[in-house]
Amino acid sequence: MAEAHPVGFQWVMEAKRKGAKVFHVDPRFTRTSAVADEYVPIRAGTDIALLGGVVRYILDNELDFREYVLAYTNAATIVSEEFSDTEDGDGFFSGFDPETGTYVQDSWQYEGHEGSSGSGHTAQERDSAAGLTHESHGAPVGGQTRRDETLQHPRCVYQILKRHFSRYTPEMVERVCGISQAQFLELARAWTANSGRNRTGMLIYSVGWTQHSVGVQYIRTGAIIQLLLGNMGRPGGGVMALRGHASIQGSTDIPTLFNLLPGYLPMPHHAEHPSFDEWVDSIRHPGQKGFWGNARSFAASLLKAYWGDAATPENDFCYGYLPRLTGDHGTYQQVLNMIDGKIKGYFLLGQNPAVGSAHGRAQRLGMANLDWLVVRDLFMIESATFWQNGPEVTTGEIVPEECRTEVFFLPAASHVEKEGTFTQTQRLLQWREKAVEPPGDARSELWFFYHLGHKLREKLADSPLPRDRALLDLTWDYPTHGPHAEPSAEAVLREINGYDVATGRPLSGFAEARADGSTAIGCWIYSGVYADGVNQAARRRSRHEQDWVAAEWGWAWPANRRILYNRASADPDGNPWSERKRYVWWDAEKSEWTGYDVPDFEKTKPPSYRPPAGASGPEGIAGDDPFVMQGDGKGWLYAPSGVLDGPLPTHYEPVESPVRNPLYGQQANPTRKMYAHPVNSVNPSPPQEHAQVFPYVFTVSRLTEHHTAGAMSRTVSPLAELQPEMFVEVSPALAGEVGLTHLGWAHLVSGRAVIEAKVLVTDRLTPLRVDGRIIHQVWLPYHFGFEGLVTGDSANDLFGISLDPNVLIQESKVGTCDVRPGRRPIGPALLELVADYQRRAGIVPGQHAPAVTTDDEGKEHGAS
Amino acid sequence: MLPDPNSLYGPLDPAPDAGYENAPPRMGFFTDTSVCIGCKACEVACKEWNGVPESGLDLLGMSYDNTGALTANSWRHVAFIEQPRPAGHGAAPADVLGAPVDADAARPVDGGPQFLGMPGAQPPGRGTGVEERTDFRWLMMSDVCKHCTHAACLDVCPTGSLFRTEFGTVVVQEDICNGCGYCISACPYGVIDQRKDDGRAWKCTLCYDRLGAGMTPACAQACPTESIQYGPLDELRERAAARVATLHERGVPEARLYGHDPNDGVGGDGAFFLLLDEPEVYGLPPDPVVTTRDLPKMWKRAGLAALAMAAATVAAFVGGSS
Amino acid sequence: MTPPGPVGDRFRRFRERLAAEGGDRPPVSDDRPSTASGSTEAGGRTGRRGGRRGGGEELRVPEAEFTSYYGRPVLKGPVWKWDIAAYLFTGGLAAGSSLLAAGGQLTGRPALRRAGRVTALAAVSASAVFLIRDLGRPARFHHMLRVAKPTSPMSMGTWILTAYGPAAGVAAIAEAAGLLPRHGLLGLAGRALPPIGHAAGLLAAGTAPALATYTGVLLADTAVPSWHEAYPELPVIFAGSALASGAGVGLLAAPPAQAGPARRMAVAGAALELYGAHRVETRLGLLSEPYRLGRPGRLLRAGRLLTAGGVAGALLGRRSRVVGALSGTALLAASVLTRFGIFYGGVASARDPRYTVVPQRERVEARRAGMDLPADRAVPPAV
Ligand SMILES: Nc1nc2c(c(=O)[nH]1)N[C@H]1C(S)=C(S)[C@@H](COP(=O)(O)OP(=O)(O)OC[C@H]3O[C@@H](n4cnc5c(=O)[nH]c(N)nc54)[C@H](O)[C@@H]3O)O[C@H]1N2
Ligand SMILES: Nc1nc2c(c(=O)[nH]1)N[C@H]1C(S)=C(S)[C@@H](COP(=O)(O)OP(=O)(O)OC[C@H]3O[C@@H](n4cnc5c(=O)[nH]c(N)nc54)[C@H](O)[C@@H]3O)O[C@H]1N2
Ligand code: SF4
Ligand code: SF4
Ligand code: SF4
Ligand code: SF4
Ligand code: SF4
Ligand SMILES: [Mo]
Repeated sequence: MAEAHPVGFQWVMEAKRKGAKVFHVDPRFTRTSAVADEYVPIRAGTDIALLGGVVRYILDNELDFREYVLAYTNAATIVSEEFSDTEDGDGFFSGFDPETGTYVQDSWQYEGHEGSSGSGHTAQERDSAAGLTHESHGAPVGGQTRRDETLQHPRCVYQILKRHFSRYTPEMVERVCGISQAQFLELARAWTANSGRNRTGMLIYSVGWTQHSVGVQYIRTGAIIQLLLGNMGRPGGGVMALRGHASIQGSTDIPTLFNLLPGYLPMPHHAEHPSFDEWVDSIRHPGQKGFWGNARSFAASLLKAYWGDAATPENDFCYGYLPRLTGDHGTYQQVLNMIDGKIKGYFLLGQNPAVGSAHGRAQRLGMANLDWLVVRDLFMIESATFWQNGPEVTTGEIVPEECRTEVFFLPAASHVEKEGTFTQTQRLLQWREKAVEPPGDARSELWFFYHLGHKLREKLADSPLPRDRALLDLTWDYPTHGPHAEPSAEAVLREINGYDVATGRPLSGFAEARADGSTAIGCWIYSGVYADGVNQAARRRSRHEQDWVAAEWGWAWPANRRILYNRASADPDGNPWSERKRYVWWDAEKSEWTGYDVPDFEKTKPPSYRPPAGASGPEGIAGDDPFVMQGDGKGWLYAPSGVLDGPLPTHYEPVESPVRNPLYGQQANPTRKMYAHPVNSVNPSPPQEHAQVFPYVFTVSRLTEHHTAGAMSRTVSPLAELQPEMFVEVSPALAGEVGLTHLGWAHLVSGRAVIEAKVLVTDRLTPLRVDGRIIHQVWLPYHFGFEGLVTGDSANDLFGISLDPNVLIQESKVGTCDVRPGRRPIGPALLELVADYQRRAGIVPGQHAPAVTTDDEGKEHGAS
Repeated sequence: MLPDPNSLYGPLDPAPDAGYENAPPRMGFFTDTSVCIGCKACEVACKEWNGVPESGLDLLGMSYDNTGALTANSWRHVAFIEQPRPAGHGAAPADVLGAPVDADAARPVDGGPQFLGMPGAQPPGRGTGVEERTDFRWLMMSDVCKHCTHAACLDVCPTGSLFRTEFGTVVVQEDICNGCGYCISACPYGVIDQRKDDGRAWKCTLCYDRLGAGMTPACAQACPTESIQYGPLDELRERAAARVATLHERGVPEARLYGHDPNDGVGGDGAFFLLLDEPEVYGLPPDPVVTTRDLPKMWKRAGLAALAMAAATVAAFVGGSS
Repeated sequence: MTPPGPVGDRFRRFRERLAAEGGDRPPVSDDRPSTASGSTEAGGRTGRRGGRRGGGEELRVPEAEFTSYYGRPVLKGPVWKWDIAAYLFTGGLAAGSSLLAAGGQLTGRPALRRAGRVTALAAVSASAVFLIRDLGRPARFHHMLRVAKPTSPMSMGTWILTAYGPAAGVAAIAEAAGLLPRHGLLGLAGRALPPIGHAAGLLAAGTAPALATYTGVLLADTAVPSWHEAYPELPVIFAGSALASGAGVGLLAAPPAQAGPARRMAVAGAALELYGAHRVETRLGLLSEPYRLGRPGRLLRAGRLLTAGGVAGALLGRRSRVVGALSGTALLAASVLTRFGIFYGGVASARDPRYTVVPQRERVEARRAGMDLPADRAVPPAV
């Protein structure tokens, strides 16, 4: 955190000043470790085992916050008889379909709901990363659930949890993660001791947890712990994602993702959602409890915002104009499609995949096979010059004279050269003024798309084609100002907030959303940010002039609520769990919820409220069900649907690992997304043969001094000089083993590429004893590329493409490689070296280990 | 000529001594290295605010320090020191920073910052057994000009380019400096430095321009963890003493202040530090003394030598026959 | 100075040097005066130093009493280049020559007077050139004249030079009187010049000792360890060296008959110089080391030999013009070598952090021991 979020880390230091104890769990000793009280080195990719160990520690010692767990989680809920656990299935839950490598989730459901899972087969959901839609929408859980409040029923979630994690003992943690039992116990003790009625603990994670083939399950394990300890919905609790780029939270709220529309409305699928009604019903699940019951209003208002007058109830608000998913349109699939010639043109805005995305070579080869590429960036980045200066030019794979891609480079205005909002990890929108004029031809994204839209509409103005109506009917009328006709960002924010169509009055919140076309809302969760016609995101009242929740600084979605599910900060009767942790509570006198924050509950629904039989939507939520977006109002220790790779987190090895999974016969996540493509490959892992060809684990992350793919730091001398060269950190032991010298060169080889780096021999890297073997990990920054003031080989060239099944994030934190002293070969010899490794490792590009591990795998390199 | 008996040495409030009437309180830095996270924001902020040029794009291999030293082109410098500590998890009592409480063990036979590539890094293949995993200290410290009470650089400057500001800080005037280089040899901390392509001497100005406008210096403003604290020196000294006491209480006996003492060899620093190891480990002199302390004696010796010279000449001419 | 080129190269060179030097680097404690503190902590470590050194593959400095940040210098080495060392010589030469000239003038030895005055002008002119050349901003030389600061030996030196230079110049010009025609305006000048020259010569001689010795303070008034600690000796050495070089000029220029005072000056100068040099090479403990090792050591040794030779020649070869000239040359060369030796000795002491850290560390330990404080270094005592 100190490395990548130094400004946020000031609060950790502040806490430390006040006596807090800081643990840092990380494969390498970082600047965070330097100021932590305890540094816990871990083998990359094994946190589920560690966290699972903590879950077991809590359950075994009954350290859970029992009242909270009973009332607010699904611990007591009884799960279907048909469910069987990985503990019985040697790494598989019930319902696995080896054909597609995905699960049928019916057997995971609560008892009596087997048929109504609504998710059923998840193969297609994986393709469209649609698991996410359930994650955020609450899965379909209709009617009442059976519960055992004594938690004794063998099939209640609590007991299932206990059995599932029973083997995640301190010994097992040590065996899998390489963490000593003493250190593990210290960590578990500290964590649990700091949670309960009077204390809360917060879990903060970032991409060290997400970029794994089991990334979503990492976070799930953390969430389970937080629920068990009663740390959700309470001040000082929660699970926080430290985000990356300044508004990366905003870019999921109003998404740049292929599978979502604003406000987490799912992108319709061409086959599943042929009509507006079917689409809306897939979100709200008629009859289901919880707030998604209003989905129709949100969806209709969104379409109304898009197509204005053209959108009417009669034509389903132009639902037909919405693009449809046909499968996986994720960035990695697209790159492979480019290589295959299926994609001809590409807009690349604010991204540098030639350096920043896994399998750099595939990224560059893909972009070299387009007809045209538009790059809008602040700097001349690798993704714009790969055809000329990329490593493939030296190897002869790209010939500049013959490269077909026409690259258009358009200079972009940076964040200080334009106005708008940033949304940060707390869902807080903060308005930003323009500080300086953009130089030269640099323009904002808003300007670019607005004028591009106008140009396209002019060209199509006379088009008789129905397909062009979608564009021509769009509302596209923002006021502009200045010599370059810059559209007003505030006007955009106003539209996002939503307005009454008849009067133009800005809505005060999403409760005003209507399904009849009388409201238009650009993003329903942001509704209220422009309430009363005032830019609420621009509020800057000092924290010294208001209470500690500081509700008048910026604006948080939804409804300026700073902590979600904050009903959980009060006990089932509506009283604060403790004075110290008082946040939101039931005021019996006034018969309403009150507190420091905006209550995340219907204001006047008393704690004693019990829904009538058959109630759905918000009415179905009881007065003591704080998790109001969930179908059962409960926090899910066990996820009957929504997570594609299992209702409970399970330790699988990274896709590339030198270690045999000590827990299960199944080696890696069986549902991971794999791409069989000639350019892609996976290094063999046990029990496959030849795993020893790539004996070392490498892990990749950030340096404080550089930013992501490096364009914004390697081009700026005060930053570039602080970390001026690509390097690899190795332990003294490994340096001795391989023959590396400090400041000398090393090159690293994977089945995809070979890269070179200067060597830093440092005790900050620790060899680990794992399952009786010594595992060496090396660390690389991923910031380097071939443009800028300081250059170097890109760590991402080493990776292949393997993704988490839920959100299609790449496993770019851990892989296997060989490390050799000296510089890498250049030109064709480089390709030969990689080919030689592939031969020795038995890698046939385009094929990889089958999803299901079989012990005779070594013999047959099954394709999939 | 020398108004205050302590003008050359000893405790002193420098601004009034330099002739300021109604000088504002002396301003300075307290840099608490125990909370430094090595983010180098201070280095970058200083460069941005003061327009300091690039100082070279070279990987030094000195842990994460690629700046190397305070130079004319780096007025803040964050030092990184990797110190191996004997591990044996849970065995040795460890303090907040993972360092053993036992003072002797804190200096392992092969430990401590060394002349090796990476301090503490054993020669490849040695030392770090897998069995006994190693724990570390990774010390970070943001160094800067000390704005000495008795600033040798200022004392020796023959042009008056270096001067004492009303805030008690020491600043070079770039339009006066003729690059004689005297200040550079005089500074006991190796701070001030000549810029190669420019010839003049440069160093931290303690953001004189910002101070004048009532602002905080750029580096302190940028520091996320309040490792760099700016304020009236008296106040900072109190704060620092309290911090040391807290750290000692929390089992960090090695915490100590450096440069805070008006009785030290330079009359106390305007920028002082809380360190977690010996000063020399961070590249600081353990007992700096302003060179001009001995200046009266030097002039005396020179006078005697001059007399001897004259006498010898006289003797040579009158004492012989041929 | 900003290290030439990237700092990394220097660091690498440093490492290479360490690797190359291996075990034959003198152990740090060799010259350490045994202070009270040496015993406790040091004792323990000295024991450990044992067999490690020269172990070959271990890239480590002989274990020393101090640690340092990657072996980097604590101080900035002087940015003064060779021309300052050269200036030390020419300044001294000018001073010595002026004294010689004044002596000749007052005792009626025209050869000495003339040679002295002319050399003084040449030397002081060279001095100015060296001084200005060495500035980072030579065009701003005159900024030196903005202030007069007793705390800045360079400022004082500037004013000394300002007083001395014109006097020496006028004195030298006065030597041209003989070359002027007898009549007319120039004749008038020719007649006026000798008395002006006499006055100027005396003025120059009056300031000459200051010119010769202030440079000792110039070097000593720095943080450069081996210069600063040598502050009692540097003016003595420089005075001696100046006398010897002035004597050298006399020996070169004057016929043996007039050279007697020059010989005696040579003896006196050599005595001061040798005494001073011996002191700095032995008295300063660890800080004497830079004057004995490497290039500075070689320069100083050669200087000593030449000085001795020059004096011997001057005394023994009284009657031979050739021997006298050789002796004079030797003395001049010796003066050059001594100045360069002292100069570079100091530079070396600033570049190696041992010379900064070890003596200071000892001071701290001694103080701590003296105050009967625990050896716990975390509690540094006040001075
Ligand atoms: N200076 C700087 N700041 C940044 C960025 C930057 O590039 N530079 N990028 C921004 C962006 S886009 C993002 S997304 C965030 C990312 O912020 P972070 O997630 O903090 O960034 P990383 O350094 O990639 O990864 C964090 C740590 O995870 C560790 N790690 C790797 N694998 C594992 C594992 O399996 N288990 C555990 N426990 N740890 C593991 C790595 O060693 C690393 O130290 O930072 C943002 N802030
Ligand atoms: N191995 C490995 N790979 C990783 C990661 C990892 O931890 N390990 N981290 C991943 C993560 S979390 C991320 S976020 C990605 C980042 O990867 P990328 O997003 O590909 O990399 P960036 O360098 O952040 O690219 C952003 C670009 O936007 C430009 N830019 C900045 N502001 C603007 C603007 O206003 N308009 C426009 N048009 N352009 C602008 C910048 O100049 C820069 O070139 O890398 C991922 N890749
Ligand atoms: S770059 Fe910006 S967002 Fe990132 S830590 Fe610094 S201030 Fe915060
Ligand atoms: S530290 Fe050096 S440069 Fe700074 S004031 Fe003191 S003597 Fe001058
Ligand atoms: S270099 Fe400049 S600032 Fe330093 S002493 Fe000389 S004139 Fe003064
Ligand atoms: S005070 Fe100003 S000049 Fe000095 S280091 Fe800080 S930012 Fe730089
Ligand atoms: S002093 Fe502050 S700004 Fe500088 S490196 Fe340390 S924490 Fe960062
Ligand atoms: Mo990111």
